[in-house]
Amino acid sequence: MDLHRRDFLKVMCATGLTLATGKALNAAPKDKNVPEFYGILYDSVRCKGCRGCEYDCADANGLPEPEPTKNIKGLRKPDENRRTVINEHKTSKGTVYVKMQCMHCNEPACAAACLTQAMSKTKEGPVIWRGDKCMGCRYCMVSCPFDMPKFEYHSPNPKIQKCTMCYDTRILKGELPACVENCPNEALMFGTRRELISEARRRIYEKPGEYVEQIYGEHEAGGSGWLYLSPVPFEELGMNTSLQNASYPALTKGFLYSVPSVFVLVPALLLGIQQATKKNHPNEESDDE
Amino acid sequence: MNSQGAVVADNDGKPIWKFLLKELKPKGRWLTPFNIISIPIILLGIVLIVIRFWKGIGAITNLSQEIPWGLWIGFDVVTGVAFAGGAYVITFMVYILNMRQYHSIVRVTVLNGFLAYLFYAGALLLDLGRPWNVINPIIGNNFGVSSVLFLVAWHFLLYMIAQLIEFSPAIAEWLGARRARKILSAMTLGAVIFGITLSMLHQSGLGALYLMAKEKIHPLWYSEFIPIMFFVSSIFAGLSMVIFEGSISHRVFFSQISEKNHHKQRGIVFGLSKICTGAMFVYFFLQLLVFIHGKHWDLINTPMGYWYLLEMLGFVLLPMILFFYSYRSGNILLVRVAAILTIVGIVLNRLNVTIIGFRWDMAVHYVPSWMEIVVTLTVLFTELWIFRWVINRLPVLRDSPAWVKEENN
Repeated sequence: MDLHRRDFLKVMCATGLTLATGKALNAAPKDKNVPEFYGILYDSVRCKGCRGCEYDCADANGLPEPEPTKNIKGLRKPDENRRTVINEHKTSKGTVYVKMQCMHCNEPACAAACLTQAMSKTKEGPVIWRGDKCMGCRYCMVSCPFDMPKFEYHSPNPKIQKCTMCYDTRILKGELPACVENCPNEALMFGTRRELISEARRRIYEKPGEYVEQIYGEHEAGGSGWLYLSPVPFEELGMNTSLQNASYPALTKGFLYSVPSVFVLVPALLLGIQQATKKNHPNEESDDE
Repeated sequence: MNSQGAVVADNDGKPIWKFLLKELKPKGRWLTPFNIISIPIILLGIVLIVIRFWKGIGAITNLSQEIPWGLWIGFDVVTGVAFAGGAYVITFMVYILNMRQYHSIVRVTVLNGFLAYLFYAGALLLDLGRPWNVINPIIGNNFGVSSVLFLVAWHFLLYMIAQLIEFSPAIAEWLGARRARKILSAMTLGAVIFGITLSMLHQSGLGALYLMAKEKIHPLWYSEFIPIMFFVSSIFAGLSMVIFEGSISHRVFFSQISEKNHHKQRGIVFGLSKICTGAMFVYFFLQLLVFIHGKHWDLINTPMGYWYLLEMLGFVLLPMILFFYSYRSGNILLVRVAAILTIVGIVLNRLNVTIIGFRWDMAVHYVPSWMEIVVTLTVLFTELWIFRWVINRLPVLRDSPAWVKEENN
């Protein structure tokens, strides 16, 4: 056997390194003592479009004050200066308002994409961003199926802006997120995901004429913390209904799982080929060196 | 121009810093066409880079919240790294398959690969919003092990080290460090095996980066097989670049190349074009399978469909046939045409995935600003300056100094 100690050690080092770094996708929390994520149920039948939540959100997160309603033309999206917007949609059942913000997915693509865990799913459920870890690569923005992380392009010290469900400032203190607490129409409801889904079902069953039979966010992108109820099909509200129901991190699973095998098998194979072909050219060795 | 004997003589007996100081000075004429074009662009690029760090990325780029990665990632990194794939293919052929006839192009290819990684991956720093945190995934604050980008970042770093080890005997020969050369040469095989494994994973990893952008990329370019496509295409992308770059440097650095290697070049080019034909056939066949299984016939009769057909037929199938005929008929001009067509095809493919097909359905498309292009050119020209500096001093194209041969015998 021509396998030298050094080569053996090289293969072992590569294997060890792979086993150390090539772990499973762990976007979901490991702690089994916290069984349920918190989320927010948004009921667009109850929402009157007062945009109070936009003002409360800006106030709670130190963002510029939202523009007055009379200046708004067309549909808006959250951006680096506003983490949430309320849009007005003309639908088959009249005017319907829809709130947009980060969906806080159960298995967030942004957190799986983040190479420093700056984006991370907390055990309570909110997906948060941590500036001391982020290197500003914006891979979270490429990966997010809802396009929710927003980047401050015009700052030398840019941050990623997105809804954190007021995780640091309120949830950890036992308070409700700013938008939920101040909603005058009870269109927003905070609770565990399970409670919210059964509450949403109850509303659908009690008033079947008022709601479509779908909870947006129950299955979309593997399920999300924010859940939506609507009087009209969600396409009419500009919601993306072409998303897959499997989680987005699952798309890279196959590739990442192949990495350890490649790291073990390929060096061994290469070394074998090298040994096998070496003897065939005994006279050409000194050709160039 | 220094002869190899002079390099050794200069270094013998003189303090090393005096030698290095002398080597730092420019050689040759200053007013060459390349310098006249590149110097103003590099100076302008430096000004733009200062503005970028002062005012933010948005000040000089056309990036938006919907399109966060533009020319600097799609072209500099994703396309540049594909073209740097020649290094792992050539080292595989020479050190693993023991195809010694390609040995004379190993050093220049590895140097090219190393500089490409250094500069194009280095250009990533310009694109990072918070570059001071760039060491976080390396030092473990925190390891995002579920991220493809984490894998790619580590592989870039490790592969640059592997390439530096592969190239280091040339540095040792330049400095006249005989003992170091012996130790470093002994490390070559290990670095090559490690380097090929890393390359397989991060060439495909660059494609895997886009797997989560499932609905954002045009279905003709998105499939779960992007990683395999990126890996297979990096083989002929790298080799086409070796052919193209070789045909230029054999003219520009004519005086450095020995008579023997000049004669060998022809055989090398035809050998590479044979390999390109094979790799491109595999790639074309894979693309065809993916297309048929994807059931996207309805998309062919759209503008994006025509664009897809142009890429596949005009810049994969056509150069494949040209490569095939060129080595059958011994036509070296045809090889070069095929190599250039292949290079254009790879640029098209990578840009179609990362920029043109990314958010193809949006009302406002991303078009890079002139400033992004100037910064890209700055990176490219700076790399060429360093490349030229190294070629003119180290035994890369020219033969190793005489003492290397004496020691080997």
